[in-house]
Amino acid sequence: MTEKNRKKITENRKILMCGNEAVGEAAIVAGCKFYAGYPITPQNELTAYMSRRMPEEGRTFIQSESELAAINMVFGASAAGARAMTSSSSPGISLKQEGISYMAGAELPGVIINMMRAGPGLGNITPAQGDYFQATKGGGHGDYHIIVLAPASVQELFNLGIKAFDLADKYRTPVMVMGDGMLGQMMEPIEFQKTENRRQKTENKKNLSSDFYHQTFDKPWALTGCKGRKANVVKSLYLKEGALEDLNNRLQEKYKKISEEEVLFEEYNTEEADMVLVSYGTVSRICKSAAKKLISEEFKVGFLRPITLWPFPYKKINQLAKAGKKFFVVEMSSGQMLEDVILAVNGKSKVNFYGRMGGGIPEESVVFAKVKELLNAKNL
Amino acid sequence: MQKIYSKPKSLRNVKTHYCPGCGHGIIHRIICEVIDELDIREETIAIAPVGCSVIAYDYWDFDVSEAAHGRAPAVATGIKRVHPDKFVFTYQGDGDLASIGTAEIIHTANRGENISVIFVNNAVYGMTGGQMAPTTVEKQKTKTTPLGRDFKLHGFSFKITEMLSVLEPVVYLERCSVHNPVSINKTKRAIKKSFKIQLENKGFSLVEVVSPCPTYWKVTPVEAASWIENNMLKQYPLGVIKDVK
Ligand SMILES: Cc1ncc(C[n+]2csc(CCOP(=O)(O)OP(=O)(O)O)c2C)c(N)n1
Repeated sequence: MTEKNRKKITENRKILMCGNEAVGEAAIVAGCKFYAGYPITPQNELTAYMSRRMPEEGRTFIQSESELAAINMVFGASAAGARAMTSSSSPGISLKQEGISYMAGAELPGVIINMMRAGPGLGNITPAQGDYFQATKGGGHGDYHIIVLAPASVQELFNLGIKAFDLADKYRTPVMVMGDGMLGQMMEPIEFQKTENRRQKTENKKNLSSDFYHQTFDKPWALTGCKGRKANVVKSLYLKEGALEDLNNRLQEKYKKISEEEVLFEEYNTEEADMVLVSYGTVSRICKSAAKKLISEEFKVGFLRPITLWPFPYKKINQLAKAGKKFFVVEMSSGQMLEDVILAVNGKSKVNFYGRMGGGIPEESVVFAKVKELLNAKNL
Repeated sequence: MQKIYSKPKSLRNVKTHYCPGCGHGIIHRIICEVIDELDIREETIAIAPVGCSVIAYDYWDFDVSEAAHGRAPAVATGIKRVHPDKFVFTYQGDGDLASIGTAEIIHTANRGENISVIFVNNAVYGMTGGQMAPTTVEKQKTKTTPLGRDFKLHGFSFKITEMLSVLEPVVYLERCSVHNPVSINKTKRAIKKSFKIQLENKGFSLVEVVSPCPTYWKVTPVEAASWIENNMLKQYPLGVIKDVK
């Protein structure tokens, strides 16, 4: 971190960062002790940032030989009790699925950043949202979920970046922060003051280098050497009859609790609306301004942005559907979150969709025109 | 009466699931003896592989992490970097270390991670039922080389320990065996040396142990010893491959 930025932070002034750097700094602030990553665009700024900041803080940075190695290093660091993170973009996240499944099975916390790019295959480096299914439905093998957070600004990348570590430790689960190439690479001013935890704790603290924003969790299960206790084992293999079913039942109970307690979304004008625009991440910024324009032209439009993609705000959307609202889902995909909206609506109302793929970005004017047309046609 | 032989403290008092004549049990025990002698049980964090020895943590009485197939060196890297003051070793079979985990072992060695690796070479995939391993020797019949390994068709027996010797940060490599008492004693000395190297912060070391698998070699435990002499040691000569200066 530059002296200039450090000074600005202590003076509670905004600093300009790109999304990749902001989420990197979030990890620093959250007390992440171990980072491993493998270069891939559009998240290279994050790996580069960590290569500077982690050693500055006396923590570990490793450029691993592959994404497979990176996630398994994170598995080890987490098993050893440390907060640990890795990051990548879509093709690399596919490789990490092995480790993520093992972490879910071994109930290890850990943070994974995915700055999505367009696929399938090598695709290209333009922003996309085609990894929604992979992230929210498990991704690797086995019956599991990870928490998926979807920030829509650089500030939120920072805030949710910190929250990701707390959620991971609280539930002993991998947490993914999922942005896209646009969010990772664009620069916006961020305010360190904005994070909830920090506000309470920074009053009499001027030095920003240490980890004081986050919650701390006891980890009696961690591998630290068995001095004064029984030996600990970190594993996902269960051979005894019924033992693996027990683990799965325990995991499902945990997922139920997360679904009940951790759903986050942003809503705007939904009560008054006939039609609610649903979108997340980068696309939500486009939809928000389209919604505002429509409202200024006296159309009854609302806006809903899931912040947690898993757990998904099924209940909220179901309530809106029951109240007769129609939906317009916009994504940079063929309609992946769309399926969750349809599930939530459960036939109670109509769901419309507009999506672009392969790096195409939905334009505000198109969203505006499509919603206007639907509302004017009256048969939504 | 003086007690001259007993179960190491680090070894749990349970029956193992290993087949008669399998080398894993012997190697587990040697490791535990060394850990007791160095008095590091409470400082130890081991990484078990995917393979016949996956449940090594049911036999060892110290902290153990599982790792996905072949990823033990990456998991060990994460653990050791978090706890540089703890003693960390991986225990891996030849499929785990020399096939699916080739990249991880080479790069962990090349980073000079201060860990110890026990590499069990039984020339076969035990856990999955006796398929060809990268270390399977010429003409050896396995489930997937029913006519015997043909080097032209299936590749050559993989000498990963020799390969590692060219990496600059690697400080000590030795190939041992457990097919007779003399070899077992040598193996124990090698493992102790490797463990001490780590405790002295000298860096990466690996001990390859040629180990019998009578079940999938389709021989008796007694015949397995001569099978090693006749079939494995030509391809895998015993001795120090690289040593600390
Ligand atoms: C990703 C993955 N691929 C394949 C397997 C199946 N598998 C389990 S153990 C093993 C090979 C074990 O052989 P080795 O490492 O030589 O150890 P041994 O059982 O002989 O001691 C394989 C292929 C697996 N568990 N995971």
